[in-house]
Amino acid sequence: MTYLIRGVRPYGGDAADIVIKDGRITTIGEHLSVPGAEVVDADGLIALPGLVDLHTHLREPGREDAETVETGSRAAALGGFTAVHAMANTDPVADTAGVVEQVWRLGRQAGLVDVVPVGAVTVGLRGERLAELGAMADSAARVRVFSDDGSCVSDPALMRRALEYVKAFDGVVAQHAEEPRLTAGAQMHEGDRSARLGLTGWPAAAEEAIIARDVLLAGHVGARLHICHVSTAGSVEILRWAKARGVRVTAEVTPHHLLLTDACAEGYDPVFKVNPPLRTDADVEAVRLGLADGTIDAVATDHAPHAVEDKESEWAQARPGMLGLEQALSVVVETMVETGLLDWQGVADRMSVQPATIGRLAEHGRPLAPGEPANLLVLDPAARAVVDPATLASRSRNSPYAGRELPGRVVATFLRGDATVLDGKAVR
Amino acid sequence: MKRHLLEAADLDRADATLVLDTAAQIDAALAGREVKKLPTLRGRTVVNLFYEDSTRTRISFELAAKRLSADVINFSAKGSSVSKGESLKDTALTLEAMGSDAIVVRHSASGAPHRLANWVRGSVVNAGDGTHEHPTQALLDAYTIRQRLGRLEGVRVGIVGDVLHSRVARSNVSLLHTLGAEVTVVAPPTLLPVGVGSWPVEVSYDLDAVLPKVDVVMMLRVQAERMNASFFPSAREYSRRYGLDAPRMGTLADGAIVMHPGPMNRGMEIAAEVADSVRSTIVEQVANGVSVRMAVLYLLLGGNEPA
Repeated sequence: MTYLIRGVRPYGGDAADIVIKDGRITTIGEHLSVPGAEVVDADGLIALPGLVDLHTHLREPGREDAETVETGSRAAALGGFTAVHAMANTDPVADTAGVVEQVWRLGRQAGLVDVVPVGAVTVGLRGERLAELGAMADSAARVRVFSDDGSCVSDPALMRRALEYVKAFDGVVAQHAEEPRLTAGAQMHEGDRSARLGLTGWPAAAEEAIIARDVLLAGHVGARLHICHVSTAGSVEILRWAKARGVRVTAEVTPHHLLLTDACAEGYDPVFKVNPPLRTDADVEAVRLGLADGTIDAVATDHAPHAVEDKESEWAQARPGMLGLEQALSVVVETMVETGLLDWQGVADRMSVQPATIGRLAEHGRPLAPGEPANLLVLDPAARAVVDPATLASRSRNSPYAGRELPGRVVATFLRGDATVLDGKAVR
Repeated sequence: MKRHLLEAADLDRADATLVLDTAAQIDAALAGREVKKLPTLRGRTVVNLFYEDSTRTRISFELAAKRLSADVINFSAKGSSVSKGESLKDTALTLEAMGSDAIVVRHSASGAPHRLANWVRGSVVNAGDGTHEHPTQALLDAYTIRQRLGRLEGVRVGIVGDVLHSRVARSNVSLLHTLGAEVTVVAPPTLLPVGVGSWPVEVSYDLDAVLPKVDVVMMLRVQAERMNASFFPSAREYSRRYGLDAPRMGTLADGAIVMHPGPMNRGMEIAAEVADSVRSTIVEQVANGVSVRMAVLYLLLGGNEPA
């Protein structure tokens, strides 16, 4: 199939026509005419490279009632993503070549987005001994990102070894920074609101202490380190310091930490329970500024689908996590573009180029230019819509944005030249 | 009055005063009567839904409902469908389908009554949720203070002990502030929440400095599980620094009273001779609990005018 995207503004710049053929962008120019091409009228819309998510929970294998590789892939495509990293905390855990290849193969079968498995750092996410990282790296899934997400690799000696070991295949350890001895029973950000609501506090220092430790370790052994879902102002400061010293550390922030605060816990609706927890206004401001100046490299969704019964409960009993794939770009438009903190080049960098680089994905995060892989999205930045969880493609409904009006609508997404989304709808 | 009583902040000053005045009228109406029963809630059903063992609170609510002639059902989470994994929501919908007009809920999870209130049409009364609130305890404490001291406005109250984990403390701070009292919380720093600075209270780590300046000293129970979690070095050290013994009681102003929500650890946070002294209101608090809970149930279910 050949596509002619007409009148679109690459990176929000001057309008142009883009021709896609045989999986690649072949031409970008004005007033092009391609016989037989399917025309996508994109007058005034914006083209960006396909988004890459470093942090997605697809739940398969194990919790197919909450999400499958296919439903999560569809949600991703609708959000403008062309690649997602599937987190390892499945059942069974993705800690062997067999499980990561299964997830990778399911992603290929769904064919809506490149599903890139993340391998567990330790066997069973238990933080005791290393999983077979090399076998996962050498598998068909070509794993480069390793994480025990949800469980911090809290043992400093084990973390050091993991950081060192993955250097052999240019891997990276993505750390869920949470000192477990400081967060026993923690339910929400520790501060004024937790004091009043009587919910056990999750102190910012529990995140910052691990980040501080791990940037020192990564610097010491010369390894790559990635910090998952940075949520506090102090974390941003530590990362800024580490980068200035030349430590090879990268970091991500979630859409929800860019937008929401611990005020959401009022009323005890567990849809707002997430780990790390929603923080304060000052933290939101700090992570936005950190993302703007590049201290935080990437936006990652931490898309975490949960079945109704795992959220329709008491706060303390509910599982942490919230949906993110379908609204990620909209939240970034609201918090970063409409505030003037990032331009469209910046959005492309933080949501495509940087995450693809961190994950070592050669075919993603590429510029919109002739000869490049045709992984891209078309966005209507002026559209505004109220989020209705019932209409989401995800199998789960735990969206923290329900009832909230957000800007920006993904009109089309292309994966290697094939449309996965057209007219704002998934093609299958 | 709002439809539910989930936390002390659900009551503004007028509502809180109405509850206390109603309790006083109920006390007066029943004083000296052989049959301690009012017909007000005849035909209404009150469910005591208790996910935590709390015999005294459950009995107090049960007695309150029965003295208003309501039908009372005690639903204990132990030995019920809950222990087979039924969710709070399903339990709530089941009870409502059976015709409950009010659910009195005790739960170990903070906010459980708030969740419940989303799912049922009847009234929900919080009988203690996790480390959040216990609003009827605060109401009975306020009632007791007013009974003993004749007022609440300007009364100086010291709340002493494990404020961090205490739902009694949270409700009392909120309600006493609403009613114009001046509250000081006293505890070792480990037993104060990080966010205590945002509360409408003074904070002190020094019980001896506070005692001479208060009209009311409210001692909180120290849970056994705190003893081995480094909140303080030992039970004896806690008792020495924050326990109310007879010499300390002697530094209180004339007329100052000693309160405790029960159950007490005698010899730990409160000495036996203090608990049994004339300053102690501990037994009155229990008696007042029934009257105040009658007032709450009456106002939520029966009407908005004083009885």
